[in-house]
Parts: sequence; structure tokens; C-alpha cells
Amino acid sequence: MSIDIDTARKVAKLARIRVEEDQLPALATELSGILGFMEQLNEVDVEGVEPMTSVTPMRLRRRADQVTDGNIQSRILKNAPDTREGFFAVPKVVE
Amino acid sequence: MMTNANELTIAAARDALRKGELSATDLTMACLTAMDAGDGLNAYVHKTPEIALEQARAADARIKGGDAPDLCGIPLGIKDLFCTKGVPSQAASKILNGFRPEYESTVTAKLFDAGAVMLGKLNMDEFAMGSSNETSCYGNAINPWRRGNDETALTPGGSSGGSAAAVAADLCLAATGTDTGGSIRQPAAFTGIVGIKPTYGRVSRWGIVAFASSLDQAGPMTKSVRDAAIFLGAMAGHDPKDSTSADLPVPDFEAALTGDIRGKKIGIPREYRMEGMPAEIEKLWTDGIAMMKDAGAEIVDISLPHTKYALPAYYVIAPAEASSNLARYDGVRYGHRAKLAQGDGITEMYEKTRAEGFGPEVQRRVMIGTYVLSAGFYDAYYNRARRVRALIKRDFDQVFAAGIDAILTPATPSAAFGLGEMASADPIQMYLNDVFTVTVNLAGLPGISVPMGLDRQGLPLGLQLIGRPWEEGDLLNHAHVLEQAAGFVAKPAKWW
Amino acid sequence: MLDLTYETPKPKVIAGAKHDWELVIGMEIHAQVSSNSKLFSGASTQVGAEPNSNVAFVDAAMPGMLPVINEFCIEQAVRSGLGLKAAINLRSAFDRKNYFYPDLPQGYQISQLYHPIVGEGEVLVEMGPGVARLVRVERIHLEQDAGKSIHDMDPTMSFVDFNRTGVALMEIVSRPDIRGPEEAAAYVTKLRQILRYLGTCDGNMQNGNLRADVNVSVCRPGQYEKYQATQDFAHLGTRCEIKNMNSMRFMTQAIDYEARRQIAILEDGGEIVQETRLYDPDKGETRSMRSKEEAHDYRYFPCPDLLPLEIEQAWVDQIAATMPELPDAKKARFMADFGLTDYDANVLTAELDAAGYFEAVARGRDGKQAANWVINELFGRLNKEGVSITETPVSADQLGGIVDLIASGEISGKMAKDLFEIIWSEGGTPAEVAAARGMKQVTDTGAIEAAVDEIIAANPAQVEKARANPKLAGWFVGQVIKATGGKAAPQMVNELVVKKLGL
Repeated sequence: MSIDIDTARKVAKLARIRVEEDQLPALATELSGILGFMEQLNEVDVEGVEPMTSVTPMRLRRRADQVTDGNIQSRILKNAPDTREGFFAVPKVVE
Repeated sequence: MMTNANELTIAAARDALRKGELSATDLTMACLTAMDAGDGLNAYVHKTPEIALEQARAADARIKGGDAPDLCGIPLGIKDLFCTKGVPSQAASKILNGFRPEYESTVTAKLFDAGAVMLGKLNMDEFAMGSSNETSCYGNAINPWRRGNDETALTPGGSSGGSAAAVAADLCLAATGTDTGGSIRQPAAFTGIVGIKPTYGRVSRWGIVAFASSLDQAGPMTKSVRDAAIFLGAMAGHDPKDSTSADLPVPDFEAALTGDIRGKKIGIPREYRMEGMPAEIEKLWTDGIAMMKDAGAEIVDISLPHTKYALPAYYVIAPAEASSNLARYDGVRYGHRAKLAQGDGITEMYEKTRAEGFGPEVQRRVMIGTYVLSAGFYDAYYNRARRVRALIKRDFDQVFAAGIDAILTPATPSAAFGLGEMASADPIQMYLNDVFTVTVNLAGLPGISVPMGLDRQGLPLGLQLIGRPWEEGDLLNHAHVLEQAAGFVAKPAKWW
Repeated sequence: MLDLTYETPKPKVIAGAKHDWELVIGMEIHAQVSSNSKLFSGASTQVGAEPNSNVAFVDAAMPGMLPVINEFCIEQAVRSGLGLKAAINLRSAFDRKNYFYPDLPQGYQISQLYHPIVGEGEVLVEMGPGVARLVRVERIHLEQDAGKSIHDMDPTMSFVDFNRTGVALMEIVSRPDIRGPEEAAAYVTKLRQILRYLGTCDGNMQNGNLRADVNVSVCRPGQYEKYQATQDFAHLGTRCEIKNMNSMRFMTQAIDYEARRQIAILEDGGEIVQETRLYDPDKGETRSMRSKEEAHDYRYFPCPDLLPLEIEQAWVDQIAATMPELPDAKKARFMADFGLTDYDANVLTAELDAAGYFEAVARGRDGKQAANWVINELFGRLNKEGVSITETPVSADQLGGIVDLIASGEISGKMAKDLFEIIWSEGGTPAEVAAARGMKQVTDTGAIEAAVDEIIAANPAQVEKARANPKLAGWFVGQVIKATGGKAAPQMVNELVVKKLGL
């Protein structure tokens, strides 16, 4: 599978990484090369093999339904680039 | 009073501290001096001398009390991937510029509880994506080893390149590393030190910036196998905050170093004899096999038939998980936010922030991961890779079920290469560095890199031992035997 | 188990300009799990807190933070599944749904796409006595709620609050078995009722604790039957999804509008574009949500921070053993045991607290009488005062006491209403209050007879009129009761008046 420029543009968009139009051909070529390397996987007979879900078979640990966290507003907001009145602030979102 | 306390192993320093021959403060001072003198290696990216001295003083008081743990007063370097409270922790990425966590990773919390001293944060590849420490936003870390008198700067390997360089150059007694596809073992091999990746689930991932969650595992990078055993004991253990952490007791790993491997079966996988393998690596491996045999182990030829597919499977799975794990770096809650132009909205903020904040390799992997998970390709790439991963694990399961105790392989396909030498190569050439190490991550097994000797150019080479899950003690014992037999004591000539 | 057979309701038919159309509706209900803490963090689920205060580091997706699941939320999902007679999957798993949005700090929502915890179930939706639709439930999965973006606090910025981020939701997905706006509302009502009975979701729609995404399509009559026979969606029209409905009224309006919009397009020769739409209650119309359309490639994959969720059958059985009586069973029992009408049984079982109250009043008493008093007097009064059943000033014991006094003939209905008022405002034991206030109807025949005789003797003209028109006998009854200070038993007075007047 090789990636064309449209696909590269779509992938960059989906990943929310700005790629300038003139950089797209190089990106497409690069991604195609890596995907070509992955094509080797098609040689493997995976018939009847379940995809691995967890590398170590263990029981998923559960916690009790207790409030043990939170109430740390200032620590939650501390590293934020922009906060207002206890909120994180971002450029206006249009729904 | 020793003059070069920073050159000590953990074990030696521990004993000297307990005997009162050395104070943690003096030991820390020696390391801080070495750290400052080692700036040319660009191993440390955030130094924390005040914290170190305060911890050292506390350690001295505790040691006087007489019941100090092994790591009490031991100066360590911490990979920048670990979140350390109030101290910059940015995974060597510009996107985490200025980020100071309000929390302490489980591993560093355990180390500090044991009395360990943090000298500073160590360089690495950005988000642990790389094999040469060349993707760091702080610039390259540099290998203290050189090709004889050739002054070419060499890579310390990656992603834990800063950790490897710092330990090899005695800028600390030991350092934390993390290993997703070989990021502890490859740099350890490139710098002549010991690095162990524990069984997946042995060490908590809580508070370590995630790269690929199903593969990431932290581990120690040390000057000896004994140090690795001591250090791992302090890092390991069940963490209720990490759902993938194993609820198993942590054995005394140091006590497992009996030096006796008589009757143990060592598997030699034929698939690791790669085409075009340098003769020196081949010889190193043969020598290692002979050493194990001399120690009374039985050598068994084994087959791990899906080895060849480990690298492509890894380079589907790791980027897929990374593309999702790195979605949180969006400029909203922490780190870098791009300056926006008039009229830019939320989408522009995301796209510009991530384009500016992520380096090229991270961007590449995020996009590959995005692609392989996208509609229509999920089964062809991601699910197929997970199936292949199941087969790779089955290969190991079968070998261990047949009675193999440990598997001996080369650690890397070459010695350390020059910084920039791979710049023009395509990304896959760089990925090939992980060819012997990724299988271990895919199967969740413990693996250790042991320094064996120097190549013709005077660069260290290592071998890898792979153990049964949860049997790090046994694995360390095998490594200990190999270490003793190889008798590797060389140190890089100080040029920095 | 009760064997109730129902007639299927007729689908809603909308007459277009050219021909008739039928509606086909499927729903995704997001029900917030009633729990103290979040699905994957120990932060509180309480509403009304300062912004970003019910937030743990993992909720804000700080680097290196990891999820640990809340066992109670798993239990609540299982309980809900059992309540919908659904298959419980002993092995389920969590997936990540990836998309970028400021109120989604991780950049993904942890959900269950591939292996939900609850499989197929059903909800019986009654549309009238003996008329009901059995709506199939496809699945219930657990997932994280998102945070809240506020767009109107600043002209150029949106503000984000993560208090809600990571709260556990159950997404309950129905098959497209709902056939009209009223059925849709009835389905939500019934589901809400069941969840409230189970205690797994408080059903508060105003707070958004229960909200619905409604998939609407239209088809020509006959097509739906073909779909049911084959389960092939090709027989149905293209659907549009109306997001985030949290009002029954708006939901029925939105469905109606959306159906008519689609019909107009189709009759005009156009095609329906599958999309997500938002209902604007001010304009009374739905509009396309472009922001959701931009990139709907969610790249689901198993969440590597969590292992598959394996639960034991014994645990499921334990939960099953503690299941409360559900609305359908309770209603049937009320009808059978207390002789209630379908309507009264519906009213009395709508809310668990009310049903419990009624049952306490009705136990050992006449069910119909109890139902009358609970529905007409108590509910009427509670509604008027805006008081909930849990805060009622008249306890079930007290109301039972009043009903007892009526049943024994000690007080009349009129007296009982007065007594109810007194108990409502002043409290007390009904028998004692009645005694203290001399509220006791006269049942002594001699005394009443004397009073009747007296009134008849004093009003010869009225007697003449009444004999000509027996309907006027009521006037004498009223006079007699008045003469006895309201204490004469009305039934007895009536009988004597009729007899004495020779009617």
C-alpha cells in the first residue's frame, strides 16, 4: 500500500499536525516506505490466531467506589498555558 | 575519603556508606562535580543539585540510624521520561516545555523513599522514540566512548542515551531508563554498561510519560549486574495505580546472584544469526556461548520462527499506541501552545502546536500510527500485527515450556555509530537497531544487556540474555555469570 | 413470571405530499452511572462544584497518568443489563475512541466498541392498556463522559471544565424498533423508570444524567416489515442522528421535524445524507453539526492501559439475587393483588418510592380505596405543593389510618378529607385526631330517623316536589347532614330519606 498526497494530507489532518502543502509529497514517500516495510507481515499465516490483548494474563484490578482524589484545582491548572476563573481557556470552539 | 567516589558501583558505595567510610553528602558532591564536568556529554538536561544535597543529608541521617535500605544515599540520574514533582519533566520534547509535574512517578517515589539521591534529569530521544538520542529537543547526548583517537562524536544509543552516557562516564552511580523496543539494552550495549528491561508489569508505569503502553517498561542502567539486581529490587513492585502492574512479590534479586548456572539450559536462537552480521558480533556471541558452557550450562539450539516479523509488528503496534498516547499534547492543559494568528480557531491551535512541539521522528510515528488505525486499515495492519505478536510470544512460550532457562543473543547489530551518520538513511535503517531487542518487548519478557568486550575500534559490545517471565532473579544470575566470565572492566578514556 | 400478551401499536404514519411514510427510530441513551467516584479515577461525581475541582490528574490527562476501574460501575452496568433481561458478557474489553476536542483531555474516550459488557436485551414499552412495543436492546457498554466547554463566557475564548470528565456512562443502544415520536418518549420514560428502580442511574435529564441520541429515518409502508424479516438495513431509509436530547418534549418535536424534513427531501427526489444533527428548540428545527462531521474516523483500538475485563458468573448471580422487583412485574402484581386498573397501576408504579408508599397503605386494606387516596388526595396535594413523595408530611401509616377510619365507617369521606388536611399540616395519629376533634359520623338509626322526620315535617312543599321528581331527594339528604353537624353517615341518610318519602 503506498500513500498518495491526499492520504498524507488526510492523515496529518487526523493527527492534528500541520504539514505545509509543499511538504506533503515527501511525507507521502516517507510513510509509504515505512508501510512497505510493514507489508512483510502479510507473509505470516495468522489464520486462527487471536490478536494479543494483554502480554501478561492477569485479572484487571478494580478499585472501590470511594472519593479519594480531586479537590486540587490549582494543581490541575498550574501548568496550563491559559486559564480563566478556574477554567482552561482555548480559542473559541464553533459547534 | 575516596577521591573518585562517583566511580563506585552501587554495591560498593552502599557498603562504604554503611561502614561509615563515606558520607552520602560527599558521594553526592563527587557526583555533582563529575556531572558539571561532564557537560560536554550533554547527558543531564535538568540538574537538581539542591534536591540532591538535601536528599543526601537526609540519607546520612538515616544511615546513621542503622536501618537504611540499599539505595539510601546513592546518587542517581533520572531519565527525563519520569515525572518528578516540581522538576522539569518533558520527555525531551518541546511540546512539554516548562512542564513541572505536580506529582511524582511511582518509580522515583519508591527510589526516594528508599533514600536515593536525584542528581538531575537525563537526556533521551523525544518521547523515547529513537535509537541514537538524536531526536531530543535538548540536542544529542554523546557517548563517552570514542573510536580510539578518532574524535568523532558517537551516539550513546537510545532512547535512554543520556542515562547510558551518564552511567558510563561516572556522572552518577546508576540511572533509570525505559525500554519500549530496546531503549535500555541498546544504549547499555553501546556504552559498556548493564541494562535490564524487566518483565512487563514488574515495574509501575504510573507517572512515566507513555510511548507505547503495552510495551513500555522501566528498568535500571548500572555499572554491574549486582547493581542492576539491587536497583531493580527498589524499583519493582505492585502498584495499584497501574492496572497492568503485576500483583506479585518482589524477590531478593541480589540474593539470586549465586554464580551457579550448572545444568541450566541456554537457548541459542538460530533466527538471530542475521545475514550480514558483523564478524565481531558473531565472535562475541560464540565467546558468550562458550562462557556459559564453561560455567556448566547446557547449550541448546532453538528456533523462534517469527523473529523476522518482530520489527514490522513492533513498528505497527508502537506507533499506533503512541498516536493515541500523544493525543493529549494539544496545548490545552500543559506545555507548549503555538502563537496563533488572527482568526485561528481550535483546530489551528492543535495543528500548529503539535507541528511546532513534536520533532520529525515523533510526527512520523504519530502519523504512521494514525494511518494504521484508520478506517479500513485497522485489520490489515494493527490487528494483523497483534496476531503476529501473539505468535512471537508463542515462540518464546514453547521454548520455555521445553525447559530453556535463558536465551543468549547479541544485544545490537553493531557497535555505537557516529552521531549524524544515519541522518541521510531512511527511518527503517535506524529501526533495525532494535532487531534483537524488540521481540522481548513484544513478548513482555525480561531481557538484560551485559557488556562483553571491545571491538577493534575500542568500542564496547554487549550480549543480551532473555529470561522467563517474572524470573528476573534467575536472569540476573545468568548475566552475573556472563559478566564474571567476560571480565569487562574497560572504561572510556576521559576526554570531556 | 407473568405472562402478558400485548397488542403491537400502529406505527406513526406521516402523509407526505405524494404518499404515506413511516418512521423508524433507534436510540442511544447515555445514562450516567450512579456512583460516588468516576469510572477510572477517585474524583467525585458531584455536580455543582467549582470548575476543575472534581478532577484527578488522570482526568486531566496529565502525562503518565493511568486509569484504574471502579468496581461499582461494573456492577451497576451488570445490574442494568439484568434489568433489561440482557445477556451479560463475562469477558468484555475497553477500547479507545480517538478524536480531538477541548473537553476530551486524553484525546480519546475510553469506551467498549468491540466487546461490550452487556449484550442483547429488551424493553417493553406500553402505549396504552394492552398495547405495547417490545424494543430490542442491542448492547450496553461502559464509557467515560466528556468534560464541558462553555462558549458564552468570553467573546474569543471557550472555557473548559473537566469536572464531568471521566464520569461513568452506560450507553444503551436500541435496535431500530421504535416507530414514532410518542413511542420514543415512552421508550425513554420506561428505560429511565427501570434504571431508577435498579438504582443504577438517577435519570435526571435536566442535569444531563440521562440523554439520548436519536437515529431517525423514514420509509414507505411495508419496508419495515421487510427489515424485520431479514434484519437487512437496506430495506430502511438513510438515518440521521439527532444528538444530545435531554427533554422528552424537545425529543418528540425534533423527531417529528426531522421526519418531515427527510420526507420533503425524498419526495423532492433528493437523497438523505447520513449525518449528525442538533435540535434547536427556539427555531423548532434540526441542523447539521459540521464540527462532528469533519473527521469521524475514530481509530478505535483496545486500550493498552487496561486488561480485558473478566467477571465471574457467580458474581453476576449474586447481583441477580439482589435485583428489586421491576416495573412490569410490580404493575402486574398491583393489578392482580389490589384489583387496580391499568391506569392506576401505571401511576402507582411510575416511581419506586411512590409504589412503596402505596403498597404500605394498601397492605391489609382495600386496594382500590388505598389507590384512590394515594393518587387523588396524596399525589394531588404533593403536586400542588411541589413536594416529592420522599418528603411527604403524611406518612403511609397515617394515610392508612385515615383509610381505616373510612373503612370502619367511623368517619365519612368528607370528614376524611378534613382529617387529611389536619394530618398534612399538624401531624398526629388519625384515630386520635378524629376522636379529639369529635370527627365521628352518626350511624345511630334512631337519631338519624328523628332528624329525617323533622326535616320532612318542616318542608311539606319540598316533599311534594320531591315526590314528583325523585332527583330532588338529595336536598333532604343535605339538610339532614347539615342538621347533624355533618356527622350523619350519608349512605344511611340517603336510604332513610328515600324510604320516608316513599320514593
